[in-house]
Amino acid sequence: MPAQTTFDFDAMLSSAKEAYGEVLLELADEGREFVFTYTDNVAPSTTAGALVKKYPERCFNFGIAEPNQVGASAGLALATGLPVFSQVFGPFLSLRAADQIHTDIAYNEVNVRLIGTHSGVTAGGGPTHNTIADLALYRAIPNLTICVPADAEQCKKFIRASMDYQGPMVIRIDRGGSPNVYADPGYAFEIGKAIEVTEGGDVTIISCGSFLYWSLMAVKLLKDKGISARLIDMHTIKPLDLEAIDKSAKLTGAIVTVEEASINGGLGSAVAERLAETGYGGKFKRIGLPDEFLVLGHLDEVYDFYGISAEGIAKQTAGLLGK
Amino acid sequence: MYQYNVDIESVKELEAKALKIRKDLLHFIYRIGMGHLGGELSCVDVAVALYYKYLNYDPANPKWEERDRFVLSKGHCSETFYTIYQDMGMYTMDYMVEHFETLDTYKFGMHSNRLKVDAIEVSAGSLGHGLPIATGLALGARMQKKNWRTFVLVGDGELNEGTNWEAFMAAGHHRLGNLVAIIDKNGLQMTGHTKDVMNIDPLDKKLKAFNWDVVSIDGNDMYAVCEALQNLPPADPVSRRRPIAIIANTIKGKGVDFMENVATWHGGGIAKEQLDQALVSIEKNRRVR
Repeated sequence: MPAQTTFDFDAMLSSAKEAYGEVLLELADEGREFVFTYTDNVAPSTTAGALVKKYPERCFNFGIAEPNQVGASAGLALATGLPVFSQVFGPFLSLRAADQIHTDIAYNEVNVRLIGTHSGVTAGGGPTHNTIADLALYRAIPNLTICVPADAEQCKKFIRASMDYQGPMVIRIDRGGSPNVYADPGYAFEIGKAIEVTEGGDVTIISCGSFLYWSLMAVKLLKDKGISARLIDMHTIKPLDLEAIDKSAKLTGAIVTVEEASINGGLGSAVAERLAETGYGGKFKRIGLPDEFLVLGHLDEVYDFYGISAEGIAKQTAGLLGK
Repeated sequence: MYQYNVDIESVKELEAKALKIRKDLLHFIYRIGMGHLGGELSCVDVAVALYYKYLNYDPANPKWEERDRFVLSKGHCSETFYTIYQDMGMYTMDYMVEHFETLDTYKFGMHSNRLKVDAIEVSAGSLGHGLPIATGLALGARMQKKNWRTFVLVGDGELNEGTNWEAFMAAGHHRLGNLVAIIDKNGLQMTGHTKDVMNIDPLDKKLKAFNWDVVSIDGNDMYAVCEALQNLPPADPVSRRRPIAIIANTIKGKGVDFMENVATWHGGGIAKEQLDQALVSIEKNRRVR
């Protein structure tokens, strides 16, 4: 059964960035024990700021020094045996602290949950503040579970599930303000298990993160053109739900991937690898950010520029089908 | 106030132990054909003082929750510590040689892996990782109101890595009095003298400026090492005081005439002839009090 979704996004604006703080505060209020480390970008007015204020003894500010923060988070996890949530401004998590993610977190197999905010181009500010290489990097690091929640409610599900999950994890969220995809947050959710969002017979679109919403909008546009598209929420990039990819290859003769990351090495590459190794002979296209330092502008303009807005996704998908 | 009466008999016992560890280490490196003898020999005295006297540690129960944590940050010197672990009865020398970098049956490697060797707190190898992790360990102990202390052993060449300075800054800021960093300052790094490759001096002034208390000692004088470790203030989790840096001024290759202060002995193995020569040198250079 496809999950129930909403097209009424004006009423459903959410923020995964706020959601992680909200759910951590809920968990602390419920008496769950964990540690929170953060950089110098958690404003007191945010939900994470409220957590820091209410539970100061478990929250540690590391200033603007991401490698030390990630390394110390490994130490905190080893010392306490508790899950450690470590919030880092996304662009500086994947690249500045790559060595610490690899060696201190993944190699030491500690229960640190790295929360990278402002993913993709959502920070604004140009290439220094874009998070585009992270998925390619993370995929090549052993032991690391890679989570890309689609919306605020799913972000909360990941964080709740992570409390009892063994092993290092990175949770990639956007700046916030993206709509909730799922109208009813009560849907079944499991780390590593993709969700069929819509049913369709002409093409499968596999997406993750906030681009699941824009893919859903594209599905609607495609429907108006007479194209029936399945949409898969591949919220966990590692471990990847290979069965969901195999099923897509059987059900539709065309597969499109959509992500707000470099098209090199991320979700699209992961899906392509599986398809190539299992003898898939159908059509395939990766949609994402091109292999260049990106233009700078309002988010909608940037998405339009690269053909990854809802219209752009629909157009590229229809093009793949020759329509 | 500090006391300065270290029991001289225990110093002599530790010196005898350090002598044995240096000899065992040379045998171990000869048998496995690789090592980083220069830096492994320079830190033996500090390592022996910690493991045989000052660390609150039970080799029969290396994961005991209340133990002091020792983080080896200069991870390429792991063989010194493996040698100590075999001497403490945790493994035999033969077992270590048989399981040294042996593909899927490996336990021991040039760089230590905490998931393979129980005594290893933190997997290490690349430099500049130990101090940040130790900072987190000390914060975790304070958060859970534990009395155990965190020690981290860092090389002086290693201090070229900027992450150390992020950690020095953070530990000073959080006033982690339960954290002790020991800098094995042997003055050499892989290709030459530290002062020529990348000068880190004046190290004591830098660390004081980062809000650490600093003690400088002869790190190859067991009495001085014991004095520094014996005089550490209590590691209670409540008091907020400056973290402590012990600058252990040491000699790279300490004890072996032809290795002392020679940068090329940073890494590699030794031939039988060199082993024999080194063992003679170690015995000849032993300190008699």
